[in-house]
Amino acid sequence: MTVQNPNSFRNGPDETGHFGLFGGRFVAETLMPLILSLEKAYDVAKNDPGFQEEMRSYLAHYVGRPSPLYYAERLTEHLGGAKIYLKRDELNHTGAHKINNVMGQILLAMRMGKTRIIAETGAGQHGVATATVCARFGLKCIVYMGAVDVERQKPNVFRMKMLGAEVVPVVSGAKTLKDAMNEALRDWVSNVEDTFYCIGTAAGPHPYPAMVRDFQCVIGREAREQMLEREGRLPNSIIACIGGGSNAIGLFHPFLDDKDVAIYGVEAAGHGLSSGAHAASLTGGRPGVLHGNRTYLLMDDDGQIAEAHSISAGLDYPGIGPEHSWLHDIGRVQYISATDTEALEAFQLLSKLEGIIPALEPAHAIAKVCEIAPKLPKDHLMIVNMCGRGDKDIFTVAEHLGGMD
Amino acid sequence: MTIRIENRFAKVRAEHRAALVTFVMGGDPDPETSFEIIKALPAAGADLIEIGMPFTDPMADGPAIQAAGLRALAAGQTLIKTLALVTRFRQGDAETPIILMGYFNPIYIYGVDRFIADALKAGVDGLIVVDLPPEEDAELCKPALDAGLSFIRLATPTTDEARLPKVLTNTSGFVYYVSVTGITGSAISDHSGVASSVARIKSHTALPVVVGFGVKNAETAETVARGADGVVVGSALVEAVRLSLVDGKATAKTVPAVTGLVGELIEGIRRVHKV
Repeated sequence: MTVQNPNSFRNGPDETGHFGLFGGRFVAETLMPLILSLEKAYDVAKNDPGFQEEMRSYLAHYVGRPSPLYYAERLTEHLGGAKIYLKRDELNHTGAHKINNVMGQILLAMRMGKTRIIAETGAGQHGVATATVCARFGLKCIVYMGAVDVERQKPNVFRMKMLGAEVVPVVSGAKTLKDAMNEALRDWVSNVEDTFYCIGTAAGPHPYPAMVRDFQCVIGREAREQMLEREGRLPNSIIACIGGGSNAIGLFHPFLDDKDVAIYGVEAAGHGLSSGAHAASLTGGRPGVLHGNRTYLLMDDDGQIAEAHSISAGLDYPGIGPEHSWLHDIGRVQYISATDTEALEAFQLLSKLEGIIPALEPAHAIAKVCEIAPKLPKDHLMIVNMCGRGDKDIFTVAEHLGGMD
Repeated sequence: MTIRIENRFAKVRAEHRAALVTFVMGGDPDPETSFEIIKALPAAGADLIEIGMPFTDPMADGPAIQAAGLRALAAGQTLIKTLALVTRFRQGDAETPIILMGYFNPIYIYGVDRFIADALKAGVDGLIVVDLPPEEDAELCKPALDAGLSFIRLATPTTDEARLPKVLTNTSGFVYYVSVTGITGSAISDHSGVASSVARIKSHTALPVVVGFGVKNAETAETVARGADGVVVGSALVEAVRLSLVDGKATAKTVPAVTGLVGELIEGIRRVHKV
């Protein structure tokens, strides 16, 4: 494969939905007409000032945007290097970045006349965001969630039910996020007339990776403006955790053409990359085809998809969005990884130093900040995407730490 | 192009009936029993055989075929072993068309060119790859056609008039009409629309049109046979395998459970005289 560096890193995907080798539309014929009509509807909406204004209004008054860019003074002092800013997307309504994308997709679904919304969820954050926005607009909502995740994310299951959603525990396969996605696709194949599939990450068949990214780019656009306002210049580096990679691509994309901005994506290394029990698709996987797109995947030599592992249910996925695979291959973004243990330490550190309890997902990014920041000069500006709050994870963390008293 | 598919449809037409297309999962419930099942299919009444290539994440399949795939994987099935199964079948049967059906990732990882070469060598006639729509024809469809394998496409109720020509271009062997929007094994309450849907497809192609989804006994096979050139049965056969197992293992009843059902199905099909 030859990889050419483009003039801009922000022009993807091409019209067939490819980011270089990655992306595409690997779906059953039943879904193909639906995906084509979604692509058409999104193209119209994207260029419609009315749709954009509607989005802006709901993001401001319902979601609570813009989210602050917060100077983490004590974390910065503690690490003694780079000046660290947190992009506070955990302060959004529902406590994570997921709602940025859900709001966009649901407004689009309504424009398309769809009345039944389905979604997959891992940690439950995307499920909660979808259930929330469906409640707001009076839409029927069905959330597929692996039976294992239903068990380990009980508070979110309860929240979804309170919001009127039907939560369907998925018992097929490994009973986690990838199986929830399979089941949502099966639902969509079976209910083609009235149903809109609200995918939670920047993956899946074209146009989802591009559409989800566009909706999440509000994170990076705001952060860029806020940093210019605060410091009068761009950050030197930005960093975010990656499961499917929607919060990361949302932060990264507006900075991709700023060649002096170093970009880091942090995958979940679980028990360690050499243990085999991890969710680091880029570091430990290879290109394959799953869930409608070609991307890096964890699998065996027969092409059977492997089970991912991470302490964070939101990162516990054996694939990654196709644009990340491309950014990895062309080298624009550096992908690194943090283990469960490192994330747990970062979780506690940020809670104690800043009074901010991060979700276990961004705790992976914080863990790498702890490693990178001390080696950098004090005038190095760094933005970390705080993509979710940790309330949902306190029981998991307590279990690992053996109680908190 | 291999000629077995064409020859078989010609033979079936000469008998004034629809064809019976049987789907079983390669390696289910174990490699040896799977071979015994496939070997016994033609004598039981199968005209064409589809062999599933198991995959961990079969996103268009219902619970029955998902479970069959997982049984096969648990028993150690791989793509290499599925190809070996075909090679072994061909030693005793040079006529019955074999179509491999599955998902793209195992083929992609095996290597597309290597897979095509090995499939031809094993005696495979055609491929059905569920997650490769016409938009992705460059991946496997075109090289497979160039090498002489048929590439059989699924047409569905969502494939409208405007899209149908796109789906039929680069389709060969036959067209597989999926009669419901749903996963495999979905119940179908009304087969009356089948004939008109088949006629719609036939106005665009000279290829035989087979119909699947929801066929589980002689009656449903008979109904579908009225409107189609062939009847596909999958979920009911892999369910017959499952119900014959004891503690997940094959029993003396396993092969007869499948051949018995195939016998019933072909009986239903034979009740319909096609002109």
